[in-house]
Amino acid sequence: MKPIIFLLLGSAGIFAAEAISGAVDKQPLNMSAIIMFIIFVGATLGITYWAAKRTKTAKDFYTAGGGITGFQNGMAIAGDYMSAASFLGISALVYGKGYDGLIYSIGFLVGWPIILFMVAEQLRNLGKYTFADVASYRLRQMPIRTLAAFGSILTVVLYLIAQMVGAGKLIQLLFGLDYEIAVILVGVLMILYVTFGGMLATTWVQIIKAFLLLSGATFMAIAVMAHYNFNFESLFATAVQMKDVSIMAPGKLVSDPISAISLGIALMFGTAGLPHILMRFFTVSDAKEARKSVFYATGFIGYFYILTFIIGFGAIVMVFQNPQYLDLAKQAVDGGYPILGGDNMAAIHLSHAVGGDFFLGFISAVAFATILAVVSGLTLAGASAISHDLYASVIKKGKTDGLMEMKVSKIATVILGIVAIFLGITFEDQNIAFMVGLAFAIAASANFPILFLSMYWSKLTTRGALFGGSLGLLTAAVLVILGPTVWVDVLGHADAIFPYKYPALFSVSAAFIGIWFFSITDSSDSAAKEREAFEAQYIRAQTGIGAEGAVEH
Amino acid sequence: MKQEMVDRLKNDPDFLQLVRVRSKFAWTLTIVMLVIYFGFVLTIAFDPSILGTPLSTGSVTTVGIPVGVAVIVSAFLLTGIYVRRANGEFDELTRRIKDKAKGEV
Repeated sequence: MKPIIFLLLGSAGIFAAEAISGAVDKQPLNMSAIIMFIIFVGATLGITYWAAKRTKTAKDFYTAGGGITGFQNGMAIAGDYMSAASFLGISALVYGKGYDGLIYSIGFLVGWPIILFMVAEQLRNLGKYTFADVASYRLRQMPIRTLAAFGSILTVVLYLIAQMVGAGKLIQLLFGLDYEIAVILVGVLMILYVTFGGMLATTWVQIIKAFLLLSGATFMAIAVMAHYNFNFESLFATAVQMKDVSIMAPGKLVSDPISAISLGIALMFGTAGLPHILMRFFTVSDAKEARKSVFYATGFIGYFYILTFIIGFGAIVMVFQNPQYLDLAKQAVDGGYPILGGDNMAAIHLSHAVGGDFFLGFISAVAFATILAVVSGLTLAGASAISHDLYASVIKKGKTDGLMEMKVSKIATVILGIVAIFLGITFEDQNIAFMVGLAFAIAASANFPILFLSMYWSKLTTRGALFGGSLGLLTAAVLVILGPTVWVDVLGHADAIFPYKYPALFSVSAAFIGIWFFSITDSSDSAAKEREAFEAQYIRAQTGIGAEGAVEH
Repeated sequence: MKQEMVDRLKNDPDFLQLVRVRSKFAWTLTIVMLVIYFGFVLTIAFDPSILGTPLSTGSVTTVGIPVGVAVIVSAFLLTGIYVRRANGEFDELTRRIKDKAKGEV
């Protein structure tokens, strides 16, 4: 059977927009960008110093003491989500393919309402520091924590590699620094933020960056619209003249129903299974603030995606075919209108077109700041899985104090930072486009099903969660490897064994069916106890009675 | 949580009402979001030309633009609708349940 049409055959694939890949040329030193970036780093190190003085206990370290407000947390969540790669990648997708960029960003947004309706409050009411707290609430700690920690670390590392490689390339392009220096700089700053300032510093770095990014993107969108008297029809009409009418309609991004559903599932459930996002719900004081966080985050993210759509079209009319941004050397070889640094630079060139060198410097510095903030959040989540889940709960069986746990977490942060630097350098010239997709697939297929069923299904048992969760994780990993993104694009085979780019429909189903089957057939005594314990857990999840509170500072 | 408290709370009328009303509301909104989103992508998968139709004769803007923006806005509005009701009605019920449970934990 001939495989059904692949999505975006031959191009980098949907999650590639999350990872900047491909070879880039080093640019000349960009002084205004470097000065603004130094100001940002200075300010955030100041915050880290301030946060370090307030980070005394494990609770401070993991959750910023639980005293972050819903608005602040919503901004930080939006910050985690608006990575540099998604800012540049989505605007590049709109720039290159028009309407398909909007379809892509919508997929990333619609997971948020589901998180609010189904998991946010329950997560806040049941958990302490990590989502594994919730998943293992009434199950056996050792196996479930190990699996959840493994799922978390895997998701975090895959995401980190994509971010580090993207960071190195972006900084090479924007600042004219060497790739290795850029990767080491990001790694070192991230280690400083997280080890000294913990969640408090990470959150504030994220909030400041989200504010800068939203302000910069707003300015760009307004500047573009001002050129067209705030008339979308004339903006689109000019863009269509520059390219062609196909940019106004869906293209090849979603072409068959199986892929459409599978992608939707990966994005929705994947978002609800990302450890660094889930961890943010423990930084607020109660369920009410957790709800507000999602409301604000959804608003900011939705607004941001509308801005990137305008920015992408702005780049079509102001950057595309503009001799100033044309890559003449590349044009001589490939023809067309390639821009300097590739499509991912569309938003960066647009910032120059609307605001000159100064604003280009600002947006470049914001892009760098964005990477720093996102990798810090990821690293903190990975370190927490190591210290709170593996060290404190599995190795020490809960017999350790918070200070020791915090110490382990800081050591884990340093190790993760070094690993991230090492992997970032190793993967410089590799095709990493599949990594964010794989991270989402694993989050959707292993983390989310266990978390969701532990909250809602009374018959869940340790055996079911362990076997079903592992099955989901393995299915996701194997199908990604056998699918077009790795089997064809990375390994160079002619045809993929598994025809779809997005395995989530199959791997999430495998996880749910596996968990169901191995739970209902589990007739052990411990399974009976686990089922009995559901009632008490459910009452706490619904009402917050007995939930972790905030600490006063 | 003590077993006596669990046994009492699971039959508490306020708790039962909270769980019943909130679950129904949360599932309804979830289904609305799923229908909007999968309706959108499946339209694209089965018949992309619908969204590629111009808004009016001679215009470049297609039906897909307002529809896409409407999906984004609907996600935000749905979260707003949920938070509004949860922060009022549901939190009031939760507060009553918690008040009764005070000192029992």
